[in-house]
Amino acid sequence: MKKLIYIICLCFLFSSCSSDNENEGLTPVDETPNALDLDIPEIFSNNIIPPVIPNDNTQTVEGIALGKRLFFDNILSGDQSISCASCHSPQNAFTDNTPTSVGIDGVFGTRNSMPLFNLAWNYNERFAWDGKELSLERQALEPVENPIEMHSDWENVVNRLQNHPEYPELFRLAFNTSTITKELAAKAIAQFERTLISANSKFDRYSLGQETLTSQELNGLDVFLREDKGDCFHCHGNPNNPLWTDNDFHNNGLDTAFTDLGLGAVTGDPNDNGKFRSPSLRNLAYTAPFMHDGRFATIDEVIDHYSEGLQNSPTIDPLMKNIAQGGVQLSAQDKADLKAFLLTLSDPSFLTNPDFQN
Amino acid sequence: MKKIFVLLFISLYFASCSDDDNNSGLSPASTTLSFSHNWNGTPVSNADFNTIQFTNENGEMLSIERLRYLISDITFTTTSNEVLNLNNYNLIDLTNGTNLDFSLGTQIPPGSYSNVSFTFGFDNEDNSQNYLDLNSASFNVPDMLGGGYHYMQFDGKYIDNTNMEANFNYHAIRAVDNPGMNPTFPQDTFFTVNLGAVTVSGDTTLNIEMNIAEWFTNPNTWDLNQLNTVLMPNSAAQIQMYQNGQSVFTLGSVSQ
Repeated sequence: MKKLIYIICLCFLFSSCSSDNENEGLTPVDETPNALDLDIPEIFSNNIIPPVIPNDNTQTVEGIALGKRLFFDNILSGDQSISCASCHSPQNAFTDNTPTSVGIDGVFGTRNSMPLFNLAWNYNERFAWDGKELSLERQALEPVENPIEMHSDWENVVNRLQNHPEYPELFRLAFNTSTITKELAAKAIAQFERTLISANSKFDRYSLGQETLTSQELNGLDVFLREDKGDCFHCHGNPNNPLWTDNDFHNNGLDTAFTDLGLGAVTGDPNDNGKFRSPSLRNLAYTAPFMHDGRFATIDEVIDHYSEGLQNSPTIDPLMKNIAQGGVQLSAQDKADLKAFLLTLSDPSFLTNPDFQN
Repeated sequence: MKKIFVLLFISLYFASCSDDDNNSGLSPASTTLSFSHNWNGTPVSNADFNTIQFTNENGEMLSIERLRYLISDITFTTTSNEVLNLNNYNLIDLTNGTNLDFSLGTQIPPGSYSNVSFTFGFDNEDNSQNYLDLNSASFNVPDMLGGGYHYMQFDGKYIDNTNMEANFNYHAIRAVDNPGMNPTFPQDTFFTVNLGAVTVSGDTTLNIEMNIAEWFTNPNTWDLNQLNTVLMPNSAAQIQMYQNGQSVFTLGSVSQ
């Protein structure tokens, strides 16, 4: 009887081992991507609502790593000569330093490359200067096929990625499939872009009680906030909205007539002509030139515009003051102070964060 | 063993059904505040924005380009003078057509109420709190102007007395003097809007109407040539807004 029981036990043992081996051969070991929540800065969690993370594209370690690899890889462009980072360089707070950007054919576009940071806090999820991209995932699809940017097509890019020695495995790790699609590539890029968080400026540390501002910087903040001086805060945030943008669309008095309709070309509503998204005022030290077409080379030129250079047009925002006089008429001292304050919103650690380097 | 589980499941199911039935008999109705807007009786929606088509009491033609405002502290007062105070708030944004309907859910027991009210803006205590959603909507008032939040942001254009288009920013806040490190407050400029008696029976929607023209009318005939922009640090203008605001809201229909 003992022998019989022994034999039965051995049979179970071997059948069990055999079964496990067979499973390993047929089914990959479960490698669910590892969730990785965004590291939300204290200055944000203290003041503004949580970021927007789509339910169908939650952040994972593997997805972010893949997105970063794709972001810096020339493989996305038609002749494999440029990457996303060519126009969105970490050293320039993920923009470049030309008024508009050049694509693979040497042709310049019509818009200034927007800096990339704190994108997950764009609550309306309208991206680009004109709001035409309704999510980060959709935005990531566009430059690849834009004829004056990467001038490629996704079918070719997907084929390249699929035949690459490493990408199929990276997609499998990120999305549990090694069948690559443009949608998965865009999801990965969007995941990486959502990690680009900038919240360690001098002013952030001042807000957290960790640093002091000079009297000139404080006076500049006063100019920024005063309705009878700069009145910048209605469109560009305030110490309680540390995004330093409302992410909304305004005609800020650049032109009397429009060569670029901006939001109006997207909505088809003439009341939106000449409106562009307010950019964040963070990292101005690294993101010149300014405006949607990069027309202003310096912060001084931007301040001069709002002070004396406003141009009237039918859709100019009512928040623009003293249009007939050209603007808010700041003194030379107020301009200098305002500039000093604006520069406290720049975050040098954002440029050197190792997580954001190639 | 299976039989035990099946019996347990059935017992739980029926216990659950029984609970639900009891609750549905006692559940208060759902109540919604629905905000609509008009110009002296002519309905106004965001489709009417951006066109100079309204004439104020002073005779100035104007357009509306942005209109959003805050209401808070909704109360329901019973006929025995018990006050149900809902410590809530809602940012109504006519520009984007958002939050025009504010659901109070099932917080209001059915019955007759002698008055329903809300606060236009925030009272001073509420105004001193930190609201992440309002910060995210850039509805703040700078600290040197007393801090807290706008009560209303109403922007547009008007034809001035030289027949030119000009901008106005009719921004209501807590009236403030001596802007700076130590601002002072001459008088409160939030106000209570009393809507009157309401009966709640079944799901109820209170249709609240804002006559936008009233902001320019009563008791102060508003002259946009004099008061157009930079009104936040102008306490006299804020007090006039407060006075004119008293007649802006009325209770329209109550639908059940």
